[in-house]
Amino acid sequence: MGRKVLVLGEIREGSLRNVSFEAVAAARTVAEGGEVVGVLIGDSVSALGQELISYGAERVIAVENEKLAQYTPDGYSQALMSVIKEEKPGGLIIGHTALGKDLSPKIASKLNSGLISDAVQVEEAGGNLVFTRPIYSGKAFEKKIVSEGIIFATIRPNNIASLEKDENRTGDVSTLSVDIKDLRTVIKEVVRKATEGVDLSEAKVVVSGGRGVRSEEGFEPLKELASVLGGAVGASRGACDADYCDYSLQIGQTGKVVTPDLYIACGISGAIQHLAGMSNSKVIVAINKDPEANIFKVADYGIVGDLFEVVPMLTEEFKKLKVHQ
Amino acid sequence: MNIYVLMKRTFDTEEKITISGGKINEDGAEFIINPYDEYAIEEAIQVRDANGGEVTVLSVGTDEAEKQLRTALAMGADKAVLINIEEDVEGGDQFTTAKVISQYLKDKDVDLILAGNVAIDGGSGQVGPRVADALDIPYVTTITKLEINGSSVTVTRDVEGDSEVIETSLPLLVTAQQGLNEPRYPSLPGIMKAKKKPLDELELDDLDLEEDEVEAKTKTIEIYLPPKKEAGKVLEGELEAQVKELVSLLHSEAKVV
Ligand SMILES: Cc1cc2nc3c(=O)[nH]c(=O)nc-3n(C[C@H](O)[C@H](O)[C@H](O)COP(=O)(O)OP(=O)(O)OC[C@H]3O[C@@H](n4cnc5c(N)ncnc54)[C@H](O)[C@@H]3O)c2cc1C
Ligand SMILES: Cc1cc2nc3c(=O)[nH]c(=O)nc-3n(C[C@H](O)[C@H](O)[C@H](O)COP(=O)(O)OP(=O)(O)OC[C@H]3O[C@@H](n4cnc5c(N)ncnc54)[C@H](O)[C@@H]3O)c2cc1C
Repeated sequence: MGRKVLVLGEIREGSLRNVSFEAVAAARTVAEGGEVVGVLIGDSVSALGQELISYGAERVIAVENEKLAQYTPDGYSQALMSVIKEEKPGGLIIGHTALGKDLSPKIASKLNSGLISDAVQVEEAGGNLVFTRPIYSGKAFEKKIVSEGIIFATIRPNNIASLEKDENRTGDVSTLSVDIKDLRTVIKEVVRKATEGVDLSEAKVVVSGGRGVRSEEGFEPLKELASVLGGAVGASRGACDADYCDYSLQIGQTGKVVTPDLYIACGISGAIQHLAGMSNSKVIVAINKDPEANIFKVADYGIVGDLFEVVPMLTEEFKKLKVHQ
Repeated sequence: MNIYVLMKRTFDTEEKITISGGKINEDGAEFIINPYDEYAIEEAIQVRDANGGEVTVLSVGTDEAEKQLRTALAMGADKAVLINIEEDVEGGDQFTTAKVISQYLKDKDVDLILAGNVAIDGGSGQVGPRVADALDIPYVTTITKLEINGSSVTVTRDVEGDSEVIETSLPLLVTAQQGLNEPRYPSLPGIMKAKKKPLDELELDDLDLEEDEVEAKTKTIEIYLPPKKEAGKVLEGELEAQVKELVSLLHSEAKVV
């Protein structure tokens, strides 16, 4: 039995994003024994098909057209809808990324279907596929099921474990050519901001700075700590608004949502809009000189103190630990 | 220009949240205009002031949303429409809301629709793009800048911190991201004027929608609060000893490094 489930593989700067491998794992659960089919969209993307297969997709369909070189809702929805028409899936899983958030509701509208957005878990329970998702800025959770039609969900990065990569898995990568009609939105320019190093939304460790960091230079010790831990640097809105760092580092409701194994908040007060972006992290450490700061309420471990003293000491201690490992 | 703003009345998530009878407890809670919709309202007013036309704020909800609609009128919107679903449907989802909104808008001559990019309570971010698709107009989400020149439009959108400059044209739907503008506070004269501005109330019947056409496609089976985190451990003692203890806890107790 089971059902066929499509997974959209999201490509960023030539590589598949981790969330797409996590989506394959979620799709396996949703398929309940049925086939999982990867979908790639772009101008020349079929070479990435094998990687989706090694993470557990049975086969991959690559939709290629030069009008698909960049994401646009019109282009991608035409491409994905033509695959859906061919394959008639019973399920569809996409990452809850900027692209997934933009595209999925349009697809749901075309399918006249439901859509469960931003799921952090999917499981089979009592004969249903049950999705868990945060609501009320992460202060509560709801469990949802699809009551009618295709089982369609977007999944939050870093929450559902991907399968072990296995290069021995084999499968077919086919290409589908589609006619892409008018694109009503045209990208004129993309301004990439500082995204060197580890991808923030997929990092295992995030060291984050707030207004307490006080300046652009103030971020240096945080960067060092992050680099010792192989992690990424993030920030609160407060730090971004004060121009200590770029908005691309912002974590929270308006910024990125992260779920690392370890989140170290330095000089961040812990406003609800910030917590919405990080409260699901596995372990949270807060460093703040105000013992009453809200961030301590969600922290597993806290140090009350001046971050400029604590952070360099931490870096040294972690260095020692790494030497011993 | 004929401008519409989609506005949701939401629970203020800065408030404490409790559950009773399997639902979020709304008694005595503070309700607000969804913050991202405030940016949408502000932008709509600025676009109207620059290009002429009319701003209509539309909300699907219950009587209680009148308060937030009046606030939008006090900010400077011209008209408000409440589609009152109180008596009709139980347990709607994003499909439902988008269906109701697009049914209402489909025979209006819209030039521009502004929505929030996400509602802070429901948090799906679906309604804007769904409505645009149903009306067969283009959309751009999470925008931080909007420039209109005749019928051509240049939009800057935030994409996970990068920005994209997009060219498109009216009619168009956009969803607002923080950074788009600074929403104004309603002024006292604004509040006085708002009392006399039109606030129309409709029901599903008025839209020629049958209940089964708007029936939800998904269902919530449980709402719960995250397990109470045990109070975190705030370390004590000499700073240097605290740091050593922290590293050792992260290594051997939490096992994350
Ligand atoms: C619609 C909306 C959306 C928003 N979205 C986001 C979002 O996505 N992300 C986000 O982060 N915010 C967001 N905000 C803003 C949010 O409400 C807060 O204003 C913001 O998070 C505060 O940033 P902060 O904690 O860095 O600054 P503050 O609140 O000023 O806190 C600074 C902290 O640093 C501590 N400190 C100062 N010096 C030191 C030192 N030397 N050592 C240690 N600690 C020190 C202080 O004790 C204080 O707790 C949003 C707001 C709105 C209205
Ligand atoms: C008939 C009906 C019954 C419902 N019953 C329930 C229920 O029992 N339980 C429950 O939790 N929810 C119920 N809802 C609400 C529904 O589940 C969603 O909360 C709603 O569709 C918005 O989804 P969201 O919060 O994810 O908003 P998002 O999609 O994140 O919102 C994005 C933007 O869309 C616009 N928007 C969203 N909602 C509205 C609105 N209502 N009016 C105008 N513009 C809007 C705003 O601009 C907003 O910023 C019902 C809705 C309807 C129409």
